[in-house]
Amino acid sequence: MAFLEVQGLSKIYPAKDGKPVPVFEDVDFAIEQGEFVCVVGHSGCGKTTILNILAGLDTASEGVVIMDRREVAGPSLDRGVVFQGHALLPWLTVMKNIAFAVRSRWPEWDRIQVGLHCQKYIDMVGLTGAEHKKPAELSGGMKQRVGIARAFAIQPKMLLLDEPFGALDALTRGVIQDELLKICAATRQTVFMITHDVDEALLLADRILLMSNGPRAAIAETVENTMAAPRARHNMHHDPQYYPIRNHLVDFLVNRSKRWDRDTPQRTAANVVHLRH
Amino acid sequence: MSSRDFWGATALSLLFLLVLLGVWHLATLPRQQASAANDEYAKLMGKGAKKTEGLPTPAQIGETAWKHLSDPFYDHGSNDKGIGIQLAYSLGRVALGYALAILVAVPLGFLIGMSPLMHRALDPFIQVLKPISPLAWMPIALYTIKDSSVSGVFVIFICSVWPVLINTAHGVASVRRDWLNVARTLEVKPLRKAFSVILPAAAPTILTGMRISMGIAWLVIVAAEMLVGGTGIGYFVWNEWNNLNLANVIFAILTIGVVGMALDLAIGRLQKLVTYVD
Repeated sequence: MAFLEVQGLSKIYPAKDGKPVPVFEDVDFAIEQGEFVCVVGHSGCGKTTILNILAGLDTASEGVVIMDRREVAGPSLDRGVVFQGHALLPWLTVMKNIAFAVRSRWPEWDRIQVGLHCQKYIDMVGLTGAEHKKPAELSGGMKQRVGIARAFAIQPKMLLLDEPFGALDALTRGVIQDELLKICAATRQTVFMITHDVDEALLLADRILLMSNGPRAAIAETVENTMAAPRARHNMHHDPQYYPIRNHLVDFLVNRSKRWDRDTPQRTAANVVHLRH
Repeated sequence: MSSRDFWGATALSLLFLLVLLGVWHLATLPRQQASAANDEYAKLMGKGAKKTEGLPTPAQIGETAWKHLSDPFYDHGSNDKGIGIQLAYSLGRVALGYALAILVAVPLGFLIGMSPLMHRALDPFIQVLKPISPLAWMPIALYTIKDSSVSGVFVIFICSVWPVLINTAHGVASVRRDWLNVARTLEVKPLRKAFSVILPAAAPTILTGMRISMGIAWLVIVAAEMLVGGTGIGYFVWNEWNNLNLANVIFAILTIGVVGMALDLAIGRLQKLVTYVD
């Protein structure tokens, strides 16, 4: 059994005419320990809902999520979440935002222990010197780093990232992607991440799940990222496998995501694409 | 605001003050051509005509103010107490009623803000009770409490409770979903969530309610004390009106204004302390 198992997940919302419409249906996938998995898909396919169900913030209409042999039933400190809009508490400093999480994880720790632990993660995301600033005094990129530090600081079994870099400019995004890659490689963190950015997925993910368009969305294809880790942003595009995989992903988003239909018998193991050229 | 703007505004304020005092002074100058009849009347009363005529001049107010401020805490019996003592009585009543109102309104506002069911259940009561003039409660208060001073406190309580209650409920209900989700994913216990997420998030809104309440409370205490009498700045105004001492009345009015401003500034300072930039 894999570390995280998602089986037959569906989310159904009642439509205006009373007929229930599933946003996504029969979503199955698994994530191994230490694996970095990205989900790519158009808006409205229910990516964020899936992530929220994994986080325990939302409930599925059908299906189960099993992590570490236990069913996910509500939020837990075992799963750290980095929110789309950073979600820092604006009245607390960087240090106190992270300490809030650390104290939740280890309520028995004293002030010095909490401080040292927070400092370690602040240093890790490169925010040394900004400990006592409020979020409003930070740039968008720095805020998101605090969010990442907060999620890592509780040492969760799994990290859930909901388009964490969506609101950042390209340069900042690149820098933070590199940092995230470094931290994940160092900690062997299991990560589930949503993104719109194909290059981001290629850089970070070991495996990329492609979701078809909603309603009744599903995981249409699973693409193994065969570019050897460690990958780096500055030379990744020289890898001979970069363009074939990238083209495959972009093609999916542009064409196949619309045409994909669960009822045609294409949804088999053959859909698990291992691009090796 | 740049320092140039500040000094400009200050200079203009002083100019307006001078104009105001000038117009006041000219309007209240003692008239020389008092009629013979009035002179005779004045002689009959054994006083000069100047004393009882019209509104006091700014100079007379200044004199009165100096007299009161140089000895604010004298106590010569129930109808002759220093302005400081009268203010202390009023502030005491306001503080008590206001503190009680906050003790009731903040927890109740939390409940209403957190529970849509309670919100819907209690909303009709709030909507009906809120627009009632606080002074309309006075007969009920006097009848049930039977103590005029405590009735004053009750009236302050009832007028302070609504803005704090409504603002707390609103502030609590509109705490950002993201922040609550952070608390949920960190498995934060309900009490800790209330004190370290919801309360700081709603604090600026709650303080706005408290500021409005304080303004109303200070308006109402004067009226309430005019009704119940005995002590307080409101009673002082009424008493001096009965004495036809307009200089004292005007001085008391100015005092009420200054104290009200000070109270507002104090809560404004507090509000600044809990306000965060999002």
